[in-house]
Amino acid sequence: MTGIGLSHILVVSIALFFIGVYGFLTRRNMIMMLMSIELILNSVNLNFIAFNKYLWANKMDGLFFTIFIIAIAAAEAAVAIAIIINLYRSHKSIDVEDASDLKF
Amino acid sequence: MTAQDIIFYLLAAFTLVTGFLAVTTTKIFRSAIFLLFSLIGIAGIYFWLEYEFIAAVQIIVYVGGIVVLIIFSIFLTQEAGSNLPDTALSKKITGGLAVVFGFGFTLLQVLQHKFIGTTEQGIEPNVANIGNRMLGVNEFGYSLPFEVVSILLLAAMVGCIVIALKKPAEK
Amino acid sequence: MFEKLSLSLIPLLPLLSFLLLGLFGRKVFKNFSGIIGTGALLASAGLSLSTAYNYFFVSGKVDGVYQKITALKITWLEFSPGVSIDIGILLDPISVMMLVVVTFVSLMVHIYSLGYMKGEERFSTYYAFLGLFTFSMLGLVMSSNIFQIYIFWELVGVSSFLLIGYYFDKPSAVAAAKKAFIVTRFADLGFLIGILVLSFNAHTLDFETLIQRLTDPNSEYMRSAIAPAFLGLSSLTWGLVLVFIGGAGKSAMFPLHIWLPDAMEGPTPVSALIHAATMVVAGVFLVGRLFPIFAISCPGALELVAYTGAFSALFAAIIACTQTDIKRVLAYSTMSQIGYMMFALGVSGYGNEDGLGYMASMFHLFTHAMFKALLFLGAGAVIHFVHSNEMNDMGGLRKHMPITHITFLIACLAIAGVPPLAGFFSKEEILLAAFHHNKLIYGIALITSGITAFYMFRLYFTIFWGKEFHSHGEHHGEGGVVMMLPLILLSLGAAFAGFIPFSQLVTSDGKPFETVLHLGFSIAPVLLGLTGIFIALRFYKTQNDLSEKISSSLSGFYKSAYHKFYIDEVYLFITHKVIFNLLGKPAAWFDKTIVDGFINRLGSSSEKISEETKTLQSGQVQQYAAYFLAGAIGLGIIFIYVLTLK
Repeated sequence: MTGIGLSHILVVSIALFFIGVYGFLTRRNMIMMLMSIELILNSVNLNFIAFNKYLWANKMDGLFFTIFIIAIAAAEAAVAIAIIINLYRSHKSIDVEDASDLKF
Repeated sequence: MTAQDIIFYLLAAFTLVTGFLAVTTTKIFRSAIFLLFSLIGIAGIYFWLEYEFIAAVQIIVYVGGIVVLIIFSIFLTQEAGSNLPDTALSKKITGGLAVVFGFGFTLLQVLQHKFIGTTEQGIEPNVANIGNRMLGVNEFGYSLPFEVVSILLLAAMVGCIVIALKKPAEK
Repeated sequence: MFEKLSLSLIPLLPLLSFLLLGLFGRKVFKNFSGIIGTGALLASAGLSLSTAYNYFFVSGKVDGVYQKITALKITWLEFSPGVSIDIGILLDPISVMMLVVVTFVSLMVHIYSLGYMKGEERFSTYYAFLGLFTFSMLGLVMSSNIFQIYIFWELVGVSSFLLIGYYFDKPSAVAAAKKAFIVTRFADLGFLIGILVLSFNAHTLDFETLIQRLTDPNSEYMRSAIAPAFLGLSSLTWGLVLVFIGGAGKSAMFPLHIWLPDAMEGPTPVSALIHAATMVVAGVFLVGRLFPIFAISCPGALELVAYTGAFSALFAAIIACTQTDIKRVLAYSTMSQIGYMMFALGVSGYGNEDGLGYMASMFHLFTHAMFKALLFLGAGAVIHFVHSNEMNDMGGLRKHMPITHITFLIACLAIAGVPPLAGFFSKEEILLAAFHHNKLIYGIALITSGITAFYMFRLYFTIFWGKEFHSHGEHHGEGGVVMMLPLILLSLGAAFAGFIPFSQLVTSDGKPFETVLHLGFSIAPVLLGLTGIFIALRFYKTQNDLSEKISSSLSGFYKSAYHKFYIDEVYLFITHKVIFNLLGKPAAWFDKTIVDGFINRLGSSSEKISEETKTLQSGQVQQYAAYFLAGAIGLGIIFIYVLTLK
């Protein structure tokens, strides 16, 4: 038996999550932000799988959640990229700081 | 420390390092490639956890789909190879602080928490079981969310087309 | 007996005229406004005359006593059972007498103004204001409730303000209107507090109940009212003194008289109506209305009334000798005569022969209304002719305006107390009452009557005799029949009003009594009057420098009298230097910096806060994400460490 337990995987997943958050907070390019979101989603997926394996091996809920999240992430990425491209057309920029029309 | 452990640590380190590089590198194309590696690393962890199906889906959807989509959009909107504008230092500091604090806090909670798992016989996460469950209509079946997600995907597809459609030139 | 409808119509007709003329006068009626106003008042005067006849000679007297009749009473605002503000009509000898005086003088003024105000741009507004004033004055005299009297008291003040400021394009008129309003307002504050004190003690606002409760020494109300309350005086004394302050303000008693001479900025007929015959005697009327309380329960307050009146009488008479503006002379004369009425009340007792002063005061009020209105209207005619208020611009007018001359002479003789004109009789009664009760006041009154004769004839001789009047430019006769008719009617009143047997009609307790004319007693005042007239004759009939010699020999005194004894300056000093600096400025500072400052700071700080929070919504998605993250972590901390569920 290996010495790697649930908490090891959780630590990896938390670290990945906050790496994604850091990217989301600091990068100005919208595609970069989209990529950060993908990292965040992956860390969540990793969590689900880890819980499913170590705690609830008799069920498959975590697994299915992961599958659905992947599907939704694909949809989200597609919509986000459509929005980004549309924004690029109108603003000639995908810098998030330039797209601040919705304020005050 | 067994070979399994070493493989896990290697996979974890690979994933985190490439992930970190993906969000910090200044060239967007490189960033996309680092993301690709990070996602592959996660797929590797799935393999390590013996969830082969999920690992396969991860590679097919993320690596084969989303990352390719991102790379295409980079081509459409960026001059590939050019440096991205640098982020303001203050933003980096505040973001970094928030992240470090959040990380520490969450880590603390996770390590303090005592997880209690089930003792029942587990289910093998092979393709047959997954398929039966996914399309099953009994109490463990997931056909309803499956259908909902398919509708969502359809809607997203239609939405993408509508959003990205070039508007006819106005008079 | 007394029809409610016809009684209510007496004040309501002028109100109707006010509403009609005020709303539609300038557009619809235009030059007919005067006719409408006069017509309404004619009807009102007719009704009040018939009421007076009915009251005095038909149904007012029961068992030889004139009754107080509450002809109409509508409870308007009830605070608690027994304490309510009613709108009612109270008929008793003084209110009926005042009805006649007010409507008669007002009618005269209405008719006179048809000629005097002809061609004024705001002709119908003028008549509307006259209607408003007449309505308020009638309401005042008929009030059955002390609060009702206060309401009409204020209405009278407002209409006086409007009429003084009638020529509102003249800065002096505006200032005078403001002054009159503020000074009387200041006094009315006393009146209001007095009302509250009295009604608090008597648990009622109704005049009859009030008087009954506060004159019965055995009633529990009385016992609490005469207990020492504040500064060693009983609350009853305080209440009466405060009410008297209100009356003194309206009646221009020293030291609240300063508004009256300035009020002469209004049109002259208005001065005749408001500032000579009716409104300014409201203070006398008020003291007369509460007279039983003054006389029976609180002789101390009555002393105050007496000395204030006597001092004002003498004080104003001296100033009147030095003024050169004819309307101001008349104004001071009015003040002096009202002083007479006041101290006559002050020296009076209650009931039967003791009530001589009360009767005399009301008598004088009546006759004074006649001859003073006549004097003002005559002065108006003169001003109309000469286009100036200054005595120096006049002289020798007897040939130019014969009717005015004769009527003016009658009025002067009447006010000087020459028998057998009206003033003689009423003044005799006053002097007699003073002689019996207070020798000091009698002396003051005697001297004042001599001075009165002097300044009135100074006025008369300078206007109608003296140097010849040289007309500059065109002159239009005396003013036509509408201006002469009131003069003639009023001169009849001034000549013969003295023969009305007042002691049979208006007495303090309603019981008639006999007065006898002591011929010997009359010698002194009549002689003094004649002396005054003679001195004036010597000084002013023909041009000479006698008067100047006298005035220069008395230079200091003359100068201070000419400057009205610097009372205005004292007021200005007190208000501008003392009150404004010591109270006004700190209060203004407090208001601006603390009160306003608080509100402003509230406004500016909320503006600043919203300005700050606005920037939270920057449109920067990453900032939002950071807030979201911080919020999530914060909630986590709160739920895990702070709100630990146990």
